[in-house]
Amino acid sequence: MTLTRLLMAASVLTTSVIATAQTLPDVSLKDIEGNTVSTASTLQEEGPTVFCFWATWCSPCKRELNNYAELYEDWVDETGVKIVAVSIDDQRSMNRVAPYVNSVGWEYDILLDPNREFARALNVNNVPHTFVVDAEGNVVWSHNNYADGDEFELHEQLLKLAE
Amino acid sequence: MRRMNLGRLAAILGTCAFAFASTSWGQLGGSGDAPSVSGNVGILWQSYAEDTLIGAVVPPAKTGYNAFANILYNQGNFSAGVRYESYLNAVLGFPGRFKGSGVGYRFGRYQDNERGIDVTVGNFYDQFGSGLVFRSYEERNLGIDNAMDGFRLILKPVQGVQAKFIYGKQRFDFDDGLINGPGVIRAVDVEGDLNAIVAGWEERPLKVTVGASFVSKFQPGSSFNVDSLVLAMPQNVGSWSCRLNAVRKGWTAGVEYARKINDPSADNGFTYRNGEAFLATLGYSQKGLGVLLTAKMIDNMSYRSDRDLRLFDLPINYIPAVTQQHTYNLAATLYPYATVITGETSASAEIFYTIPKGSKLGGKYGTKLSASFAAANSLDTTHYASAEVESVLYGYERNSWGPGDELFVRDFNFSASRKFNPKWKAKYTFYHFDFNTLTTPVTTDYKGIVNANIHVLETQWKVKPKQSLRTEFQGLWVGEDIDHPGDLQDKGHWATLLAEYTWSPHWFASILDQYNFGNNDPNQRIHYVYGSAGYINGPHRLSVGYGKRREGIFCIGGVCRAVPASNGFEITFTSSF
Repeated sequence: MTLTRLLMAASVLTTSVIATAQTLPDVSLKDIEGNTVSTASTLQEEGPTVFCFWATWCSPCKRELNNYAELYEDWVDETGVKIVAVSIDDQRSMNRVAPYVNSVGWEYDILLDPNREFARALNVNNVPHTFVVDAEGNVVWSHNNYADGDEFELHEQLLKLAE
Repeated sequence: MRRMNLGRLAAILGTCAFAFASTSWGQLGGSGDAPSVSGNVGILWQSYAEDTLIGAVVPPAKTGYNAFANILYNQGNFSAGVRYESYLNAVLGFPGRFKGSGVGYRFGRYQDNERGIDVTVGNFYDQFGSGLVFRSYEERNLGIDNAMDGFRLILKPVQGVQAKFIYGKQRFDFDDGLINGPGVIRAVDVEGDLNAIVAGWEERPLKVTVGASFVSKFQPGSSFNVDSLVLAMPQNVGSWSCRLNAVRKGWTAGVEYARKINDPSADNGFTYRNGEAFLATLGYSQKGLGVLLTAKMIDNMSYRSDRDLRLFDLPINYIPAVTQQHTYNLAATLYPYATVITGETSASAEIFYTIPKGSKLGGKYGTKLSASFAAANSLDTTHYASAEVESVLYGYERNSWGPGDELFVRDFNFSASRKFNPKWKAKYTFYHFDFNTLTTPVTTDYKGIVNANIHVLETQWKVKPKQSLRTEFQGLWVGEDIDHPGDLQDKGHWATLLAEYTWSPHWFASILDQYNFGNNDPNQRIHYVYGSAGYINGPHRLSVGYGKRREGIFCIGGVCRAVPASNGFEITFTSSF
């Protein structure tokens, strides 16, 4: 009975609305310089923005972002992309983010999402999870997990958007 | 504890959202506030076979099944969501009391950023400062969820000032729907960004934020007797904290101090001592270098919305462990440290350094180095004589802010990683642990200090541009058991071999062998072999695994849960849309 009601509510919701694609939620987070940043304001007016959810305790996440770092300059020239690396490290490891990021020399924008409000709003199940968002704020591509070579698929998506 | 008819609530919420969507859509006439629906799904299924050698038992239901789906609705300033959950029956390692299917989380929220108003009704997660007095959060893969259920108002009256007001109960259990704990939480937090508030500070390179919190819980209780004493049970327990964070050109500093009034509980043996906590961090980083120092003192800071519960149940606050969350299997799951919330003094130091590329030591691509040391001891205390009434009331007094004599943990580790050429990468990591299994009971086989050395070599070979083979060779060696000369501590030495092959962007296969080659009992020198394979397509991921999983501690992020040994199949599916 309760299930029927819930399913009815869900079906009413899903059939009555127009868009089922994800759009970029606007969440207020801190960057590693201590500034409050609205996620909507990180979106580029022209060109794609890539949001990579990661954590200092997540090996594949660091592999992904370290691999992108080697290609980042070329990607920026080719596609005008900006990468925003969103750390879901909580209080235990959040303070490790800035020293780690600076030591490896990432040129990305870094945001801290210690209680996963942004991750939850983008329906992230686990990290790494990467989203490509267009200038209008629509999520046009996303990928859960990272394996070496996934950068080719991401690069293709960025080239498509840059056209 | 009373279960609510959440299905009905969800239906009402959904209908409200629909009504809101319809009217607003009409009013907005298809402006930028188009409504959208999104969500995610997770399914975990396990089958169990008996294996007396590793202690794997078959539960009566023979299989375990956990599933959830979140559905989020957004339009302009309005959002609403529900999470439907199933535990039929809960997989091993999850709280066994979770059962049935129903709504475990639902909320409606209105957020007007321009006017600085944000209202949430229903469930929500939040954190004040570093969480010393308040944090509600979830770690769904471990079954940990203390979501608030109530009301939250966030106001930003002027630029740089934010105030949060919270009222509600906490999620405790699941039985065909959400079940909240008995305590009521009332909380307020105010945070100010001094660079935005103080005239003339806007352009200063030094950025300072300050904050203060007050949290109170109410739980009915009645007086109780200890010997001839009749003691009143505090029904309202308050805690407060204040904090300061400063950042200036690569330097970061943070400090938070918290206190809690008398709060007799199962954790502190129903004594009346006040709680106190102090946390400080200092960091410096520049390109190629990062340094972080932390210091912490925790005295009687267990704070729950049910005083009779322990471990993961109904915590109001969060005290992070001083050690790192390790990632390699043997370092992460055999001896993971968790804060002793009744009292500890701890400190850590960590350094990251990248040897520049092109230098002799750095090689063509640079070499990444890191080292860290963390230590935690008991508090420096004196226990009252058992004949004194203070012994019953307070237990002990603290002599200083420094460490006491009992060692809880020492954790030293070092790593170096390097890319040799476009095809090969390698990383070496060394760990040394001195781990007190009496104060952090991660094993039932050994009571005392375990001294462990762990070596890990990880290699990665890019076979083709989209295919790679990653391997991990791990070994853990423990010291001798001084009470039983000739025997090794705990379960003895371990080795782990992992090989993982990936075909980007869709396929992966891996095999893991954990071998307890140094167990004192030759019959227990077992290979725990587990194979898995999976398919990924964008945000959808399916994996199938089979094999033996050893008894151990499963950690994600900062939290860990003990998982029993098992033998069988596992299928997981996750997706977001």
